[in-house]
Amino acid sequence: MIPDRNSLYGPLDPAPEAGWAEAPPRMGFFTDTSICIGCKACEVACKEWNDVPTSGLDLLGMSYDNTGALTANSWRHVAFIEQPRPADHRTPPFGGNPTGGSVSADSAAIASGTGNPTGTDPGVPPGSPEPAARMAAGPEFLGMPGAEPPGRATGAETRTDFRWLMMSDVCKHCTHAACLDVCPTGSLFRTEFGTVVVQEDICNGCGYCISACPYGVIDQRKGDGRAWKCTLCYDRIGADKTPACAQACPTESIQYGPLDELRERAAARVATLHERGVPEARLYGHDPTDGVGGDGAFFLLLDEPEVYGLPPDPVVTTRDLPKMWKRAGLAALAMAAAAVVAFVGGGSS
Amino acid sequence: MSPDRPVGDRFRRFRDRVERGRSDVEGQPAEEGARSTAFRSYAPRGDAEAAEAGYAPVPARDARPGRRRVRRGGGEELRVPEAEFVSYYGRPILKAPVWKKDIAAYLFTGGLAAGSSLLAAGAQLTGRPALRRAGRVTALAAVSASAGFLIRDLGRPERFHHMLRVAKLTSPMSVGTWILTVFGPAAGVAAVAEAAPWLPERGLPGLARRVLSPAGDVAGLAAAAVAPALATYTGVLLSDTAVPSWHEAYPELPVIFAGSALASGAGVGLIAAPTAQAGPARRMALLGAALELSGSHRVETRIGLLSEPFRLGLPGRLLRTGRALTAAGVVGALVGRRSRVVSALSGAALLAASVATRFGVFYAGVASARDPKYTVVPQRERADRRRTTDAG
Repeated sequence: MIPDRNSLYGPLDPAPEAGWAEAPPRMGFFTDTSICIGCKACEVACKEWNDVPTSGLDLLGMSYDNTGALTANSWRHVAFIEQPRPADHRTPPFGGNPTGGSVSADSAAIASGTGNPTGTDPGVPPGSPEPAARMAAGPEFLGMPGAEPPGRATGAETRTDFRWLMMSDVCKHCTHAACLDVCPTGSLFRTEFGTVVVQEDICNGCGYCISACPYGVIDQRKGDGRAWKCTLCYDRIGADKTPACAQACPTESIQYGPLDELRERAAARVATLHERGVPEARLYGHDPTDGVGGDGAFFLLLDEPEVYGLPPDPVVTTRDLPKMWKRAGLAALAMAAAAVVAFVGGGSS
Repeated sequence: MSPDRPVGDRFRRFRDRVERGRSDVEGQPAEEGARSTAFRSYAPRGDAEAAEAGYAPVPARDARPGRRRVRRGGGEELRVPEAEFVSYYGRPILKAPVWKKDIAAYLFTGGLAAGSSLLAAGAQLTGRPALRRAGRVTALAAVSASAGFLIRDLGRPERFHHMLRVAKLTSPMSVGTWILTVFGPAAGVAAVAEAAPWLPERGLPGLARRVLSPAGDVAGLAAAAVAPALATYTGVLLSDTAVPSWHEAYPELPVIFAGSALASGAGVGLIAAPTAQAGPARRMALLGAALELSGSHRVETRIGLLSEPFRLGLPGRLLRTGRALTAAGVVGALVGRRSRVVSALSGAALLAASVATRFGVFYAGVASARDPKYTVVPQRERADRRRTTDAG
C-alpha cells in the first residue's frame, strides 16, 4: 500500500490509512462544555466500566477538581475553573453585582502545588505557583475555594459574580496520533473506528508515547509499568453501544457518534450560542487542517484552551520527522567524515 | 458602557492599575500594558492581584519576541523575560518523560560505543593495534551497558523483546532497536577477536584462533559502518516527542550527539593507547569537540524561549561543565601530545564532558515539559499570529 501523502500531517481519514479495508465511519466524542454541570458521572462510569484502579482521594484545592489531570488511572478528567467574570445571563437580582473571583491568588497558588497519590507516573505533578496565582483575580483573600456562593456569609451588598467553567477532558484520538507513531512495539494501534487503543498484552512500558503526546494524556501506571489511556470504549462501540462516559452524561455534554455528524452538530451549536450572546464559544480540535489533523474527540470551549489546561496550538511531533531523519543523516555523514579525516589527515603521528 | 460588561470590567482593572502607580508593570507605559493583554479577549486575570498576594510581578506580558535580548558572542547572560501566560492552576500540560537517568546514561554509553568502534576501525585499517584493542573492548562494554540501561528503564523489562515485533520508521526507538541489534553482535565479535592471540595454536582452539582474527576485522568494520547511525539516531529519539525544547532542537541534537560520541571515543584512545598511536584520537577529539560545541551553542541561542532550559538550573550547569571539560580535554590532547599522563587526563576530561553534556540535554528537555510556560507561550504566539493573518 502506498502511504497517503498526508500520512504524517494534514487532513486524513485514519482508519483506511492504517489498512482497514472496509472501515465503518470514524467515531468520536463531541464534548460541549457549555452544558457540563461538573457532576463527574463520566469519570465514575469510565472507571467502573473499564475497571480503572483508584486514583487517590485528596482535596487538591483546584475548585471541585480533585482528579487533577488525565492519568493512567483517570481516563476522563473534569476540569473546574472559577473566573471573576459574569456568568452568562445578567438577570435582575444579580445583574448589578460586581465580578470577583471565588478563588484568591493565594489559594490558587497553593492549589498548584498539591498532589494526589494517583498511582501513576508522572500522574499529577505540581505546577508553578505564579501562573496559578494569575488565573485567580479575587479582590480579597477567601481561603480555600468556597463551597458557598461568594458573599453569602457577608450579605448581599458584598456579593460578587463569577463564572464557573467545567470541562470533561479525555484522550483526543488524534488523526495523527504521535503516541501511536512512536510506539516501538506496535502496542498502540488504530482501530477500525479511527480511534487509538493500547494493547496491554503488548506494551512493555518504554514510555515513548508519554513524551510524544502533545496533550499530556497518556501516562504510566506504577507497579504495572504499562501505559494506559482512554480506549473510547473499544469493547462497547464494537457492540454498537455508546461509550460509558457518554452513556452516563446526564446533560449530553458528552456526545458520541460518527465524527462527521458530530462536527455538523458542533458547528450548529456554536452558531446558536453566538446568537444567544455567548460570543466566546469556540470549537477546539474539530478542524481537520489543524496541527494534529483534527481530533476524534473535540470540544466546545468558553475560553482559550490553555485556561482548561489544553495546549493552544498542538502540532504532532511526527510532522517534522522526515526533516529530523535528514538532519540525523547529515550529522552521521559528518561524523563518518570526521573519523576518516582523523585517520587520514595527520601524516604519521 | 455598562460597568458589568466584560469590557467595562477590563477598563476598571486598567484604571485600578494606573491608580496603583503602575507598580506591577515595570517600566511599561500603562496604556500599552492594558491594550496588549494580548492572549485573550476578556478580562485579564490580573497579575496585580498576584503581586498583591506577594508573588513575583510579571513584567513581560508586553514583551514581543523582538524585545528579547539575545546574547551575541559570549556577552551578557541571555535572559528571556518571564512570559505571562494562562494556565490551569499552573499545572504542566504535557506529561514529562518517564525516562529515568538510565536513558541519559544510555545517551552517553551509546555514543561512546559508536565513537570507540569508529576509532577501532580506523586503527585496524591503519595498523595501530593498541588503539584498535582499546576501541573494540570499549565498544563492547559500552554497548552492553547500553542494553542494560535501556532494558532496566522499561516499565516491563521482561518484555524487552516486544521491540523486535515490528520495524517502524516513524518510531526512532524502533529504528534504534534495530541499529543496536546489528551493532551489538558486530561489536561483540570484534572485541572477542582481540582474545585470539591468547588461544593455543593447536586443535579446535587453534582453528578458532585462525578464524577469529579476520572475523573480528569484518565485524569491526561492520560495527563502524553502523556507528554513525547509532550515535545520531538518539537525536531523533529525543526530538520526536512533544517535549518543547527537545523537539525544537531537532536540527542540532544529532550534531551535538555525533560530536560528543566522537570526543568520548577519542577520550578512550587517549587514555588507552601509547602517545605514538594516539594521533588520530587527538584529531578526532578536536573534530568532535567542534561539532559538539557548535551544536550546543546554537541550541542555547537559536530557539528563543525554548533555549532557556538549556541555560538555566541543573541542565545549564551540566552543559557549561561539559563545555569547559571539552575545551580542557581538547587543549590537553593537543598540547600534551608527548606526555602519556596529560593525554590520559585529557581523555578522562573528554569522557566526563560527554557524560555532562548528555545529562544536560536530557534534563533540559524534562524541565521544558514540566513547566507549562514552554508549552503555552510559543503555541499561543503561533496561534495569535495565525489569527492575525487570517483576520487581515
